[in-house]
Amino acid sequence: MAKVIILGATSPIARILAMRFAGDGNAVYLAARDAGEAARIASDISVRTGAVALSGAFDAADFASHADFIRRAADALGGLDGVVLCFGTLGDEDAAQIDPDAALATLHQNFTGAVSLMTLAGRRLEEQKHGFMIVIGSVAGDRGRAKNYVYGAAKGGLHTFTQGLRGRLTRAGVHVMTVKLGTVDTRMTWGREGTLLTVPPEKAANSIYAAYQRRAEVVYVPWFWRPIMGIVKLIPERFFKRTSF
Amino acid sequence: MSAAAIRTVTNANGSARPKRAMLSGWGRYPALECDVYRPEKFSELASIVASNSTSLIARGAGRAYGDAAVNGDNRVVDVTRLGRMLSFDPDTATLRAEAGVTLDEIISVFLPRGFFPAVVPGTRYVTLGGSIAADIHGKGHHRDSSLASHVASFDLMLASGEIRRCSREENAELFWGSVGAMGLTGVILEAEFKLRRVESAWLEGEVIRAENLDAALEAFERIDGEYGNSVAWIDCASTKGRLGRSILNAANFAARDDLPPAMRQEPFSLKPKFSPSVPFDLPNIALSPFTVRAFNDVLYAVHRKKAGRARFDYQFFFFPLDSIHDWHRIYGKRGFVQYQCVWPEAESRAGLIETLEAISASRRGSFLTVLKKFGAQEGMLSFPMPGYTLALDFPVAEGLMEFLDRLDAMVLARGGRVYLAKDARMRPETFRAMYPNLPQWQQIKASADPNNRFSSSLARRIGMLPA
Repeated sequence: MAKVIILGATSPIARILAMRFAGDGNAVYLAARDAGEAARIASDISVRTGAVALSGAFDAADFASHADFIRRAADALGGLDGVVLCFGTLGDEDAAQIDPDAALATLHQNFTGAVSLMTLAGRRLEEQKHGFMIVIGSVAGDRGRAKNYVYGAAKGGLHTFTQGLRGRLTRAGVHVMTVKLGTVDTRMTWGREGTLLTVPPEKAANSIYAAYQRRAEVVYVPWFWRPIMGIVKLIPERFFKRTSF
Repeated sequence: MSAAAIRTVTNANGSARPKRAMLSGWGRYPALECDVYRPEKFSELASIVASNSTSLIARGAGRAYGDAAVNGDNRVVDVTRLGRMLSFDPDTATLRAEAGVTLDEIISVFLPRGFFPAVVPGTRYVTLGGSIAADIHGKGHHRDSSLASHVASFDLMLASGEIRRCSREENAELFWGSVGAMGLTGVILEAEFKLRRVESAWLEGEVIRAENLDAALEAFERIDGEYGNSVAWIDCASTKGRLGRSILNAANFAARDDLPPAMRQEPFSLKPKFSPSVPFDLPNIALSPFTVRAFNDVLYAVHRKKAGRARFDYQFFFFPLDSIHDWHRIYGKRGFVQYQCVWPEAESRAGLIETLEAISASRRGSFLTVLKKFGAQEGMLSFPMPGYTLALDFPVAEGLMEFLDRLDAMVLARGGRVYLAKDARMRPETFRAMYPNLPQWQQIKASADPNNRFSSSLARRIGMLPA
């Protein structure tokens, strides 16, 4: 039985991922800024699966609290075998492109907060020489686009950081997986015009869980984003900078 | 909606952003443009309810047939992302869950543990919130009454954002004013209700072939004392001496020891079955008087030999149409109207005869028509009353609305009524006459929601809202 912390547990994907872990008999600790919401999801998971589901508050941008948070959550679980990073927000991209404070807020929510938590959790997993980390990134991190480059840069940074951490932790037997998520039918995309190829969160979460079970390294969810981004990355910059997608 | 219009309602988290969408009920008639919100957190829902904008109605799985969860040019809040199970007490079989949870999820989680919802409608894909708002009934109504009888309490969010716990003891007026009131008193957030203990996923009972209506009614009277669940498929195309010929299914959940030894090992498992779907809208020709007649002849012939003792799996018994996904598409793009009415006991036979005669003479009508006997009923706007109920589909076609007005008049003249969860076309004067508790209900509505912040296309169409 693994003991797993889910960070950013109130997203629909996180909820289903947590349900899958719990359904396989693992204990989960659900952490989110909205602790009341995390508690509801924890109740749901324990009613449905009978597994141990705990919950508590956590703020990705409150770096000073992270060490204490990881320690408390792991103590509550009685150990730590895995960390799943699901937090992140599109933020207000329009504001972020003209206002440095908004840009930094987007970076903290998606990148620097994750760096802090992954460093702390990575150290712990490395010392105990086992465990795993699942990091939810985005296809937006594969190439900077005029429409969402602040968010994209945060996710791109997250991918690179995760890649390096994977290399370091593999020597300690710790598995680190990068998920590059496409558009999912959640509040991020609800009512937004021009979102294509959207999949239900159940489908995305089940693909992520399946990838975790086969110990994938970098996985696109859904799979078709791999060829799409493969092509997108090949477009010469002089043309790409003028595209509007 | 233009991009500029979207931007004005977008906040930093994108949480209060609506989607402008055409919405309809399961019958796909009428379809109206609404601003649809789909909160994923409790706090988002609260801010949507509290926002001083157009009127609002909560929507669950969209399985009401007509416009109950549609709010044309106004706001709709889809609660399907707020469907968490909060607690379960196996000793009292009491489940507490949020409104967006579906009966399908409840059955998937609890049937293997030996529990089943006390009341289920003809589909398992409805939400808990919608079920309370419609005060649903099922094939066990004659014994179990409607869902409200099994609900201990629910939390209702009022237009002010205040949350009231409603039960028979606490805010009792609001409790009785909300069950069956189609979401018009507020948003049901979560509810505590009882499940039933069962020993298997199977039902044991009888299939009875009734040659005509009198034989069907006689069979209901005979078997309803013995069986907790009963329903008849009635052939609405037959006439004269065969008017109302029916196949009646009646059953109780099987005890584990009643099952053959091989099935006792896993009493809750059903063999996985092929479940087809209707992938596209069928052309209107697929539903002609001829195909309806042929379908009913085949159905009836198939059951010729089957009459007698029977074992049903619960899926087949309670949710036969769920095995065909998107079955509403067989009615094509124009959609259909489901008509469900009930007559008081003393008027049921005469009401059924005149209605079935009118339907068969009209050559309209559906593949499957359901006949069922109701028992006792509490509530203010709840649909059931002791007597017989008939439910059938009509494809939307020329002259249909006039024809249904005629049926309404016949039902009303005998003291009967039509079910709001199915309705898409009733007239306000008919509604007022069929639901005599309306003035009393409107007082409750006026005190809970003085500015009619909760409204729906149904409410405006049939004149439910107090002036």
